Amino acid sequence: MTAALAEKGTHARVPAPDDPTPPAPARKARGERAFDDVPRWQIYVPLGIYLLFTLVPFYWMLLFAVRPAGSTSLVPWPLTFEHFHKVWNERSFGVFFQNSMLVGLATLVATTLVALAGGYALARFDFRVKNGFMLALLCSQFIPGALMLVPLFEIFRNMQMINSLGSVIIAETVFQLPLSMILISGFIKNVPVSLEEAAWVDGCSRFRAFCAVVLPLLRPGLIAVGSFAFVHSWNHFLFALMFLSEQDKQTIPVGLNTLIGADSVDLGALAAGGVIAAVPVVIVFAFIQKWLITGFSAGAVKG
Amino acid sequence: MAQAAAVAKQPRAGRRRTGAAPRRLPYLLIAPAGLLMLGFIAYPVLSVFYYSLQHYNVTKPWKNGYAGLDNFTRIFTEDPLFWSTLGFSAKWVVVQVGLQLALGLVLALLVNQTFVGRALARALVFSPWAVSGVLTTTIWMLLYNPSTGMSRYLADIGIGSYGTSVLSDTGTVFWAAVVAELWRGVPFFAILILADLQSIPKDLYEAASVDGAGRMRQFFHITLPHLKDAIILSTLLRAVWEFNNVDLLYTLTGGGPAGVTTTLPLMIANTGIEGHDFGYASALTTVAFVILLFCSILYLRLSKFGGDR
Repeated sequence: MTAALAEKGTHARVPAPDDPTPPAPARKARGERAFDDVPRWQIYVPLGIYLLFTLVPFYWMLLFAVRPAGSTSLVPWPLTFEHFHKVWNERSFGVFFQNSMLVGLATLVATTLVALAGGYALARFDFRVKNGFMLALLCSQFIPGALMLVPLFEIFRNMQMINSLGSVIIAETVFQLPLSMILISGFIKNVPVSLEEAAWVDGCSRFRAFCAVVLPLLRPGLIAVGSFAFVHSWNHFLFALMFLSEQDKQTIPVGLNTLIGADSVDLGALAAGGVIAAVPVVIVFAFIQKWLITGFSAGAVKG
Repeated sequence: MAQAAAVAKQPRAGRRRTGAAPRRLPYLLIAPAGLLMLGFIAYPVLSVFYYSLQHYNVTKPWKNGYAGLDNFTRIFTEDPLFWSTLGFSAKWVVVQVGLQLALGLVLALLVNQTFVGRALARALVFSPWAVSGVLTTTIWMLLYNPSTGMSRYLADIGIGSYGTSVLSDTGTVFWAAVVAELWRGVPFFAILILADLQSIPKDLYEAASVDGAGRMRQFFHITLPHLKDAIILSTLLRAVWEFNNVDLLYTLTGGGPAGVTTTLPLMIANTGIEGHDFGYASALTTVAFVILLFCSILYLRLSKFGGDR
């Protein structure tokens, strides 16, 4: 990334007016047309088709959620909220929602803090086990969570944590950690050491320098990593399904699965449950969308 | 000798001192992550290897004990399900990742252009990224429902017929699952590729068009080479992820009908959790792990990742 930045910098510094070619405007126009001005329809038509593919399913879910039972209209009118009422109260989605929120937020905080500490060590120090540790982080990406179910189940049973949300929080955090740490150390590497050193010279402790200088610059990256952890644990299904057997401990994906597997599928309730499951992640997503792309380009791809 | 080592070490020690850091600090910083990963990743992995050599079945406790390679011989010689499952896993990963890469690349190139409404278009086309496997299942169950789903409305305008359930037909269930997974998989791929697209200096394109290169040539000579590493890495990550992911298939098809959509991890979950045969499930896990590792190394070798570009 650093290389890419530098490259970009030098390119940007080349002053365009100094360009000796006389027909400068014509050249520029031609250049822009070639890389920027794709004919409009070549963008809008495929994008429109893809948008349909993306949005029709969402619309379908909303439609079933707010349409009276038995209606076949494609326009949900009159609106009804009976399905929401039903899943929230009778199917205990209210409780599931709270549990999912707790798991999501706890995973977010735990992952971010642990990964920040580890990521800082990886970015700023040379130490003996560093390469081995990095290798372990990468290798852990190849270990399927599903295949760890049996041993994890045994561990949590020995810790007497079956049926406690703690087990799910720990499992989610552990599986978020490797990628989060790789990303965060990438972000920290992008912050010049000289900034920190300047703060040390001014008498800051390492910790204060980090909080005052590095942390503010990391904000977009931390938001990307934290929201990633939240969305993942909000969505993840298998750990909650396996480690939590009491109904009032379940999370939303498990609740949805019970609705899917019900003998007579109540489509309205299923759709309303789906909407409830989607709302928090869509809100998170709307906020972080911009940072997500820059976050990835800074941390993951070149890190 | 020792002296030489000390001398060689000195500049490093000096550089470190500017950080005013005790030698232990990095270890303290990685300790929480390290301990969590030792306890909840390394130890379980080792115990999977251990169990794979054991007969360990909760429902047949009298048989439990050291098994040697029994579980593995059973996998390769006695279990017809294993080979068909492996075949489906491979087909699933190849089709899924291939289509995701192709569509994701096109999508990323599209939303990388400047046009009116780009921010909104990006937010909308990327939105399924945030959606889980179970929620994807929920949504596509509603669409695929034989009596009130898409097919009914399509039949009304003369496409297809009433009452077809794509999920219970062994001929259509594969593509039904593929489409559902593509719906949320393409945006993820597109985000990764878009992130890398943005690091390509625009001047390169200007220079190329001055030299008379058309858009196709620019794509093949500038864009693709720049994206190479990102594509290799994200393809690998996606392939592993699609191989391992159970949420969608577990809830959408449950591995059926007639087991035609059972992937290896799904088979492992069924054997271990529902069949209570932990020993055999662990052996399957070990096999899956070896296959993944082997394919990953092979893939990185063949694609010459990180080598000369």
